Amino acid sequence: MSATTAVFKREFRGYFGTPLAYVFLVAFLATAAFMPFSQSFFEIRDASLRLFFASLPSLFAFFAPAVAMRMWAEERRTGTIELLLTLPVTIKQAVLGKFLAGWAFFGIALLLTSSMVFTVSYLGDPDLGPIFTGYVGAFLLAGAYLAIGAFFSALTKNQVIAFVLGAAACALFVWVGSPAVTKFVEGSESGAISRFVSNFLGSMSFLTHYDPMQQGMLALGHVVAILGTTVGFLCATVLLLTETKSR
Amino acid sequence: MIKVDQLRKNFGSIVAVDGISFEVKPGEVLGFLGPNGAGKSTTMKILTCFLAPDSGRAEVAGCDIEKDPVGVRQRVGYVPEHAPLYDDMTVHGFLSFVGDVRGMGGSNLRDAIDRVVSSCAIEKVVHRRIETLSKGFKRRVGLAQAFLHDPSTLILDEPTDGLDPNQKFEVRELIKKMGKQKVIVISTHILEEVDAVCSRAIIIAKGRVLADGTPAELTQRGGGKLEAYFRKITTAAEQQESAA
Repeated sequence: MSATTAVFKREFRGYFGTPLAYVFLVAFLATAAFMPFSQSFFEIRDASLRLFFASLPSLFAFFAPAVAMRMWAEERRTGTIELLLTLPVTIKQAVLGKFLAGWAFFGIALLLTSSMVFTVSYLGDPDLGPIFTGYVGAFLLAGAYLAIGAFFSALTKNQVIAFVLGAAACALFVWVGSPAVTKFVEGSESGAISRFVSNFLGSMSFLTHYDPMQQGMLALGHVVAILGTTVGFLCATVLLLTETKSR
Repeated sequence: MIKVDQLRKNFGSIVAVDGISFEVKPGEVLGFLGPNGAGKSTTMKILTCFLAPDSGRAEVAGCDIEKDPVGVRQRVGYVPEHAPLYDDMTVHGFLSFVGDVRGMGGSNLRDAIDRVVSSCAIEKVVHRRIETLSKGFKRRVGLAQAFLHDPSTLILDEPTDGLDPNQKFEVRELIKKMGKQKVIVISTHILEEVDAVCSRAIIIAKGRVLADGTPAELTQRGGGKLEAYFRKITTAAEQQESAA
C-alpha cells in the first residue's frame, strides 16, 4: 500500500470513528433537502433539481470548511504532525491523502442526496442530463472548497479559526462574481478597465463555472478552472506546511 | 550508524544547534544529555528529517538527511518528545496504520504487530482506544510504533519523561533489550538513566557538545558524581553565554 493510500484510509475511517460523520451527514442532508422547498420548489411547477443545485455553493461554503478544519489544525495542536511527517511519507502524499479522504466523504454526502432525484422523478419527468452534470459540478465544487479549507487548516492550530477563515474565503469565491459586485465595479465608471476588472472578478467566481453545469453543460474550461483552483490551494497547503510544520 | 557533522540550526535570532558533531556505532546506546533548551530535541528532529538544518551534514542509517529524507525515515524508528499518538484510534488500528505507511502488509504486518505488542507488553490494551490509556501504556504504544519495522536505528526523545518509577524501569529494560545490535540515541535530562541504559553519553548545552565519553568516564571527571560534572559544565556554558 502506498503512503498516500494509507493516509487516505486512516483519515476516511477517522470521519466515521467519531460522531462527526453522522452529525455532519444529518445536518447536511436535512439542510440540503430543505433549501429547495423553502424557496419555490412547488410554485415553479418544474420537475428539476435546479433549486437544489443553486443552493449548494452557499451550503458548501459552510459545510466544506467544517470537514476540512480538522485536517491539519488537529495534527498541529496534538503534535501528531511530527509523528506523521517522520514516517516515510512526504508532505505532498499526506496533503493528498487527507484531501482525497475528505473529498470521498463529501462524495458520500452527495450520493445520499439522491433521494432528491427520486422525489422529482416521482413528481414528474425530469431531464436527467442536467441532474448528472449538476452532480459532477457539485462534486468538483466540493473539492475546491475542501482544498481551501485544508489550506486554512494548515495555517493555524486552532480549528475554530481554521473554520471561520475557510468559510470566509469560500464565501468570497462565491460572492466575487455575483451581480452585486460586478455591477458595482462596472457602474462606477464605464470603460475598458472596469469591464476587464468585472470580467476578471467574474472568472474568479465559482458561480461562473458552476452555473453552466447546473444547466446541463459540461465545458472543459469550467472544469479546468475549478480543478485548477483545487490543485492551486493544495500546492499552497504543501508549501505552507513545508515552511511552518514545526511551529 | 549515525554520522553528524557540524549541524547548525537557528530559529530567528535564537541559536538552537550550534555546530554539533558526533558518531554512533551499531551496538551503542548514546545518551543525549543536557538541560532543557540545550538543543537535544532540535537535533533529533533534524536527524529524523522533520526539520532541515541551516548548515552541516548528517548521515543516518546510510542515508543523507537532505538528499534522501524518505530513506532515513524508512530505516529509523522515532519517538518524538511527549510521544504524540492519534488518540481516536485503537492501538491495533494505529499500529496497522503505521505499518501501512511503511509499506508493510499481510502476514508481514500481522507478525510485526504481534511481535511489538508482546515485546512492549501492551496485549491487554490492543483493542482499546488510545485516548483511554494511562500514560505508561501510551508511552509503550509510542515505542511499539517505533519498533514495528524492526529498524536498525532508534531515536527516542525523552522516552521516560513523565512516567512513574516502575514505568521508567520497564521502558529502560525494553530499550536495553533492543540495544544489542541497534544504533540507539536517547535524549534525557535524567542523569540516573545514563548509567541504567547508555554505553556512551554526550552532554550538550546552548547547542554545543561539551563532553563525550562513557558514563564511567564522565562520572570520574565529576569526582565520582555525574551530576556534579553535568552541573559544572552546563552552568559554565550558560554563564559564558550571558557574559558574551
